[in-house]
Amino acid sequence: MEIIRVGMGEYKTAKAPALLVSFGLGSCVGVALYDGAKKIGGLAHIMLPDSSLTGKRDFNPGKFADTAIDYLIAELRDKGANTKKLVAKIAGGAQMFQLKSENSVMMIGKRNVEAVRKKLNQLNIDLIAEDVEGNYGRTIEFCCETGELTVKTIGHGIKIL
Amino acid sequence: MFKEIELDALKEIGNIGAGNAATALSMLLSKRVEMRIPEVKVLPFDEVSRLVGGPENMVTGIFFRIEGELAFNILFIMQPADTLNLLKIMLRQEKTELDLTALEESALKEMGNIIASAFVAALADFTRLSLRVSVPCLAIDMAGAILSVPLSLYGYIGDTAFLLETEFEEGLDDIKVHFFLIPDDDNAFKVLLNTIGVRASDGNNSSGDGRI
Repeated sequence: MEIIRVGMGEYKTAKAPALLVSFGLGSCVGVALYDGAKKIGGLAHIMLPDSSLTGKRDFNPGKFADTAIDYLIAELRDKGANTKKLVAKIAGGAQMFQLKSENSVMMIGKRNVEAVRKKLNQLNIDLIAEDVEGNYGRTIEFCCETGELTVKTIGHGIKIL
Repeated sequence: MFKEIELDALKEIGNIGAGNAATALSMLLSKRVEMRIPEVKVLPFDEVSRLVGGPENMVTGIFFRIEGELAFNILFIMQPADTLNLLKIMLRQEKTELDLTALEESALKEMGNIIASAFVAALADFTRLSLRVSVPCLAIDMAGAILSVPLSLYGYIGDTAFLLETEFEEGLDDIKVHFFLIPDDDNAFKVLLNTIGVRASDGNNSSGDGRI
């Protein structure tokens, strides 16, 4: 079986029986989109909520919630997925360090989760399962055959969404 | 990006801070501590966790946010065996598992605090900048998850990681403490360079000749 690694700020798509994997998500959020009829899946490893804060015109769209999901959907469409039938599962967005800062910079996990939910809502994509926030890291595996998102942790068990 | 002379200057700033930090760690442990010359690294976000055993490797992370005239983050990363060895030296107790008590967490945070403060004090002294160090935060978890916090903050402006990195090593018990300084943006390093008179090049003036 093909295992495709999706690193920080990347998004990738695959067909069954491939597995899309992101290791060690902390404040980042993994967004899995899936066309169950065609068994085509995509995974984005999002680092930040909003591309408008970058101040650059030329940036990697995979980093931001508002841009990565658009690019992921476009790639799913190219692979033959029916983009009207996509469902979403998300995991991550932890707050690894409990630090009170003057501004919200340390709340990045929570802000990432909110930005992803908002974007999915705008695109009318159903968010059917999530395992988010908390204060621990997660490794996630999305199975394009079954549509299952497996979440592994250190000390907080394994969940299958 | 930065030119050779600017990178050298940043390394030298890092060296002064890290030298002070190594001395502080040595005094705390009453042991000889060596350090590697700090390196400025530009590498893909995912590659950073490989420096400490890969994204899923369980490590101890002690995090500090530095604010004031510069905004950056300091992160210490230690392997589990090294964490237990450090606790043994500081608290004189044998321990085999990383299920830390409040006292043990506090000891590790305080160790981090002493090294980070020594680093920032040397930096502030040298550059005459006003800097504040946050309280320490501790996490024992996957290296990728721990690193994602400061790396993401830099991700607003960078498509790759940009950091200053070194390692402190206590030879007798072979304890290694990995040190990362990760700025919020390139501006932090530019301000640093300006304070010591090395002119930082910007996008509009690529021919700007750095001089000390």
